[in-house]
Parts: sequence; structure tokens; C-alpha cells
Amino acid sequence: MNWQATITLFGTVVLIFLVGLFASRQKESSESFLQDYYLGGRSLGGFVLAMTMMATYGSASSFIGGPGVAYNEGLGWVLLSVTQIATGYFTLMILGKRFAIVARQYKAITIVDFLKERYQSKWVELLSAFSIVIFLFSTMAAQWIGGGRLIESLTGLPYTSALFIFVITVLVYVTFGGFRAVTLTDAVQGIIMLVGTLILLIGVVLAGGGVSNIIQDLRMENPNLITPYGADGTLTPTYVSSYWILVGIGVVALPQIAVRAMSYKNTKSLHRALIIGTIVVGFIMLNMHLVGVFARSVMPGVEIGDTVMPLIALEVLPPWLAGIVLAAPLAAIMSTVDSLLLLVSSTIVKDVYINYIKPEASRKTIQRLSMGVTGILGIIVFLIAIDPPDLIIWMNLFAIGGLEVTFMWPIIMGLYWKKGNKYGAIASMVVGIVSYVLFESFYPDPLGMHTVVSAMFLSFLAYVGFSLMYKKKQLSLNGEGTNL
Amino acid sequence: MNKDKENQKVDYRIKIGNREALIGVGLFLFNFVWWFAFAYGLGSKDPSEYSYVFGFPSWFFYSCVLGSIIICILVFIIVKGFFKDIPFEDEELKDK
Repeated sequence: MNWQATITLFGTVVLIFLVGLFASRQKESSESFLQDYYLGGRSLGGFVLAMTMMATYGSASSFIGGPGVAYNEGLGWVLLSVTQIATGYFTLMILGKRFAIVARQYKAITIVDFLKERYQSKWVELLSAFSIVIFLFSTMAAQWIGGGRLIESLTGLPYTSALFIFVITVLVYVTFGGFRAVTLTDAVQGIIMLVGTLILLIGVVLAGGGVSNIIQDLRMENPNLITPYGADGTLTPTYVSSYWILVGIGVVALPQIAVRAMSYKNTKSLHRALIIGTIVVGFIMLNMHLVGVFARSVMPGVEIGDTVMPLIALEVLPPWLAGIVLAAPLAAIMSTVDSLLLLVSSTIVKDVYINYIKPEASRKTIQRLSMGVTGILGIIVFLIAIDPPDLIIWMNLFAIGGLEVTFMWPIIMGLYWKKGNKYGAIASMVVGIVSYVLFESFYPDPLGMHTVVSAMFLSFLAYVGFSLMYKKKQLSLNGEGTNL
Repeated sequence: MNKDKENQKVDYRIKIGNREALIGVGLFLFNFVWWFAFAYGLGSKDPSEYSYVFGFPSWFFYSCVLGSIIICILVFIIVKGFFKDIPFEDEELKDK
């Protein structure tokens, strides 16, 4: 057990935690508890918006799993990972102003709200709520595991205790703080990630005797490590390019990201977030994965990919600094988890309970229920994560792909195509999920591209096809719907 | 009171929204082409024939490092030069 690293790691985490608590103290005076707890009262400024989007997206897969795979695959995996820079600008530009305008008109608090109002359909609402709960649950479990593993490998605590510490920290501040606390802690975590990855990269480069030295070292070991094709030449251009769809475009449709696109204050915040977000995402993704690749030269022979990050930090940095730097991936995981937790909770409380069970619930009841559901959800995920499956990155990607194919077209086409209707939306969701799961299970990566591409294509056809097929019924609906 | 005016206001905001979304798509395509062309244009040679920039293989430097920097600069220029400020608040929202 490394005491210095442990102390600075937890010290940093406690600091983040205090920010969350402080924020939750400040939020007393708003009119709508729901809008406040789940959306921060639509008051995010540009910097916080950029940081919260980045921190929500940059999860265990990019901070623990990602560098681990880069360690094994070489520069080809960095090439694949920099596609994520698109998430910095694409989501906010595409959803951008139209989404913010419409969400305000609908008074939407969640993505499900937006879809419900846009399509006026119970089925759209239920399907989307269902897929959020299912898919985000597995993402959350993956993140929990990543957090536990990280604490385990750094402190030497047993996995279960490590997981327990991690979960308690997250639960307390999400449960009491809500969205604003989460976004503010995200901002702090974002800064830690930014600085932490930079320090780590510098540390690794120095330890390896400069970039040139490291690259030549890798070339000596296996020339493929410095090609775009991966360690054994299996990363084809088609496959790597299809990541532009998975992590570039598709992120638009992730509910935890999209919901942030309706939480900002004004267009100034949006503009600032676009610039800051792109720079920060690009910088962190490049740094983080380069660290993974370079680590191979400095510290060969690591067996479990997920442990590359903590080990290299302890190897090249003084222990107290390693603790602070490793708070970065831990922070990434925490901020992903807290947003997911909040999203699943909002889906259950707002979209299911208030809509179907008790619409006239009082503010007090809603408040207690929101916090209660958030807490209970966390405990359930904790129980799942105690006995977890092995490679977290793939689990995470499965869930992300699933959400993307579910929400892509109903959100995008719902915003930009007037003729899109509920039949199209339902068909697109069903076709998307079913084809994604079937392809992934029986015929993964058709045509050499990530499965999500085919599923997304099919769900697009379904959306357009069914929308046009039931066009007539829509016309009568449209008469009432134009003011929306 | 004045429905036409209201509609016009909505219209102009939607137009701006659409235009900026299209710019987003354009930037994305540019990003992809830059990334792909340098990565596989320079990177498909045999590693022994690679040239190097700042210690990185040149395909990697141009595609990933320089590419990312250029995208950041483009986003800055596009947002500062072409994106317009519009109001979000409707009276309706303030009432409730």
C-alpha cells in the first residue's frame, strides 16, 4: 500500500466532494424542484457546460480502459481515439440552438420529456425510458467497476472495500446535490483531468528519454506499434473510420450528453462551451492515449490493460503527485457515474412516476422520492459491481452503442424533419435496438465496420419509411401541433 | 397580440439554428477527411520508410496532433465569426 499516493488521492476526492456539497447548499431558492435537481435550473455557463460534457463523456473507457488498449495496440489506437475530438463540437453544433429553443418551449427536463412532447406518444415515452434504464445500468456498473479497480490497484485495498469507498462518496453528493452539484464537481474534475493527464504525459516522456527515443524503442519491439494498423495489423481503415460514427456522431444521441444541451443559460454559454469543449476533449484524449502507448516503452510487460494507468503514474511520478494525477481518472469515473445516476433517477421519477402514477405529487414528496430513488439505484448498481465481468471497455461500448441507435433518429429527425412522426420514432427505436443486439451477438461488425453503423443505418430507414407510410394520420395531428 | 411577428421571430431563430447545424456537419466532414488522408496516406508505408516530425511518425503527427490543433482553431474561428447570439426566453416560460 502506497500511503502518500493514497492520502493525496483521497484528499483530492474529498475536495471535489466538498464542492458538490457546497453547491447543493446554494440551490434552495428555485421554483421547480425537478427543473433544479435534474437540470440545474437551465443556468449553466459556458465553462461549466464544456467541462461537464467532457467529464460525463470521458469515462472509465477513455481513462482506464482506453490507455490500456493503447498500451497493447500502439499508435493505431490513439488514431482511433482522437476521433472523439468531434464530440467536443458536433453535439453542441447539431443539437445547438434548435434543441435549446424547443426544450424550453416544451418545458422538457429530460430527453424523454422532449420525445414525449415531440411525438405525443406513450409508446415513444415508455420505450425510451426503458432503454435508458437498461443500457445506462450496464454503463454504470462498468464505471463502478473501473472506480473500484483503480482504488484497488493504487491502495492495495481489497476490491470490495475499494468499491464501497467509491460508491459511498458518489452516492452522498449525487443524492443530495442533484444536477447543479454534479455539473460543478464535473468542472473541478475536468480541470484535474486536464492538468493530470498533462503532468502524466510529461512524466512518461521524460522517463522514456524523449518522444523520439520512445517511438524508436516501440519500433524495435514491434514495428506495427507505430503504424495506424494496431499491434497485429488488425485495425483496418474501415473499422477505425467507423468510430467516427460511434464516438463522433452517435454521442449526439446519448441522453446523458444531450440533456446537457438543454441546460445552458444562453447562446454565449453555448459558444464558449463549443470552443473550450473542443480544445479540452482533443487535448485530453490525445494525451491520455499517448500515455498508454508510451508506457509500453517505459514499463514493458503489464498484463492487465486496466492497470496500466495507475502503475505508470506510480512508476514515473513521485507518489504524492501520482495520487493527485490519478484522481483524474477517478474523477472521470465519478462524474460519469453521477450523471448517469441522475439520469436514470430522473427517468424513473419524472417520466414514469409523475406521468403515470401520481401526477399531482407535492414538492416535498417529489424531493424525497428523487433523492430516495437516486440512493437506491446506487446501491443496486453497487451490488451488481461486486462480482463483475472482466473487460470494462467493451461492456461500456455495448451500452453506448445501444443508446445511440435508440435515440439518434428520434432526436435528430424530430428536430430537423417536420414529417417525422411517432410511427417513425417507434419503428426506429425498435429496429435500432433489435438489430444492434442481433448483429452484436451473431454477426458482429458487419462489412468490417463497428456494429453500431449498420444498426444506425437500419433504424434510419425505419424512421423515414414508417414516418412516410403513416403520413396521412400525421397531417391531422399536425394541425394541433404547429404551435409546439 | 401580433401572431405574424411572433412567427417571424421563431422563423429567424430556426434559420440560424439550421445554418449552424449545417456548419457543424461540414466541419465534421473536414475533420474526418483530414484525419483519414494523413493517417492512411502517410501511414500505409512500411514502418522502416517512415519520416518523423518531433519524434512522432509523420502520419501520426499530421493526422492526430496537427489535425486536433487545426480543428480547435477552426472551431474558434467559426464560433467567433459565424455563430449568432439569439434569445431563448419566451414570455410564456417566464410566466410559469
